Amino acid sequence: MATELVFSKQPKWALAALDSLIMIKRSSMHILRNRDQLLGTFFQPIMFLVLFASVFGGAISKALPPGVSYLNFLLAGIIVQTLAFGSSTTAIAICNDMQKGIVDRFRSLPMSNLAVLNGHVVSDLFRNGFSTVIMLLAGVVMGFRSSASLTDWLLIAGILALFTLTFSWLSAIMGVLADSVEGVQWLSFIIVFPLTFASSAFAPTDSMNKYLKLFAENQPITHIIEAVRALILHRPIGDHGWLAAAWCVGVLIVAIPLASYLFRHKTTK
Amino acid sequence: MRRPERVRSHLSGPWYNCRMTKPTYAIEATDLTKSYGKNHVLKGINLKVERGTMLALLGPNGAGKTTTVRILSTLLPFDGGTVTVEGHDVRTQPDEVRRVIGLTGQSAAVDELLTGRENLTMMGQLYRLTAASAKARAQELLEEFDLVEAAERPAKTYSGGMRRRLDLAVSLIATPPIIFLDEPTTGLDPRSRIAMWDIIKRLMANGTTILLTTQYLEEADQLADRIVVIDGGKVIAEGTAGELKSKVGKDRLELTFESTAALEKAGKALGKTVVDTNAKDYTATVVIQDINTDVKNTLAALEREHVKLVSMAVHKPTLDDVFLSLTGKQKAAEPNDQKKEAK
Repeated sequence: MATELVFSKQPKWALAALDSLIMIKRSSMHILRNRDQLLGTFFQPIMFLVLFASVFGGAISKALPPGVSYLNFLLAGIIVQTLAFGSSTTAIAICNDMQKGIVDRFRSLPMSNLAVLNGHVVSDLFRNGFSTVIMLLAGVVMGFRSSASLTDWLLIAGILALFTLTFSWLSAIMGVLADSVEGVQWLSFIIVFPLTFASSAFAPTDSMNKYLKLFAENQPITHIIEAVRALILHRPIGDHGWLAAAWCVGVLIVAIPLASYLFRHKTTK
Repeated sequence: MRRPERVRSHLSGPWYNCRMTKPTYAIEATDLTKSYGKNHVLKGINLKVERGTMLALLGPNGAGKTTTVRILSTLLPFDGGTVTVEGHDVRTQPDEVRRVIGLTGQSAAVDELLTGRENLTMMGQLYRLTAASAKARAQELLEEFDLVEAAERPAKTYSGGMRRRLDLAVSLIATPPIIFLDEPTTGLDPRSRIAMWDIIKRLMANGTTILLTTQYLEEADQLADRIVVIDGGKVIAEGTAGELKSKVGKDRLELTFESTAALEKAGKALGKTVVDTNAKDYTATVVIQDINTDVKNTLAALEREHVKLVSMAVHKPTLDDVFLSLTGKQKAAEPNDQKKEAK
């Protein structure tokens, strides 16, 4: 009656990759089964887009270069902001795991420890991709038109994916360190909100005061927004493209090992 | 039918080779110490669990039971001493240890959003089973643990007892030869507790080595081959259930009478079997050496002297009695005890 157990005999790296795949599947199932969160993922981008476009649209469009509609200007900014907020769910998911015995279970298995974090980060990338597509579709319905080519769109997708991964790994560090889910939500709000508003996301930086302008024009989120915006509007991308990529890669190089170190360290308490 | 086959499935695992070398003990901890700052949680624990037997770690809350289990199962670093599991050093070969153990913690560690079946197959694959093998084994465990009907429901809809069963099933997915059970029945209703005991007994019959922690003397008594009693981070007694009980004392029969006169008469009738009397409640306590004869003899002696009983109750020795007789103090006196040890 008892079945003969068959163990996979693969090299260590292949098994570690398999662990990550299993964890990605797990986290993705979490996202699909958490109906409230899923509704939020669907409606929040639409709500943001409609509110910003109709509240600020009239006032700000006067400050825009001629021929650029506010909706076309706004879309890059609001997508990046939504992704920044969206990646905080990585922190919430990891924090949730840490509070429960499930992390002990994973750690008592002969599996790769990094797989748990990988699972949440990558599944979050899927969810945020979905959000972005919804937003673009909503934008098209409201009158958004882009002259970007297919190559431009692939570049946009690449930049946005890199940005989301970066923020999700930062978010993972927060999720590991935080003691409660409420704490995570509060913390991510006070970090993401000023970072995205003190940028060129919603209005050109020209009218900001000297110091705010200095910050807004040089912080990483602005580079990402400007790179995406230039591609959408089919304008020269300038230094924004490589600066955006350099910021993301630089942060990732620090954040991934730090997150996995903290994960191992914190869970042994 | 099942038994020899299950033993064979042990042999198909990656621990096949380490079973050939056969270290004497499946789990061995020597002079294990662990502190959080000035708080010395473990003050030199020694444990040996023979292969195929069950050791119960018995102690009150805060005795260091969970800390010990977390160290033995590679979850927690420790300060001093050595720990080997199936001959593998927990410090230097944690992955080898993880391959041969299953852990069922205090809080049921199952994924609440996944179904019972999904939990099992996922953990099976993380234990390095192939997808097909994990699936087949999941089905087998669902049947064995009476979870087939609930298999496609998310674990968050499960009752406490079902959750514990699923949790234990998850730790057994790759039939590890060593299982840690950290208070597997705490908080369960009596029926679920007995169901859990049956499952644990079946595991033992299959030759699994088990380390169980519990605060219930009865549980250790029912299940374990040997018992180690710990308190304040130290082993204060060890032996078989029988050996410990003889230290702790026997079952007691508490007899209540209707008046002081009746109590005195009973005292004469029962003689030196009476260990305690309480004149206020008209009660006398008799130690039962043998349940088959002593109760009958006691009642017969009362009958001969025409002493009428109001009520009668049997008291089993409790964990409090263990501490009373092992430390000579109530648990409340523990802080004093620790101060003495610190000197």
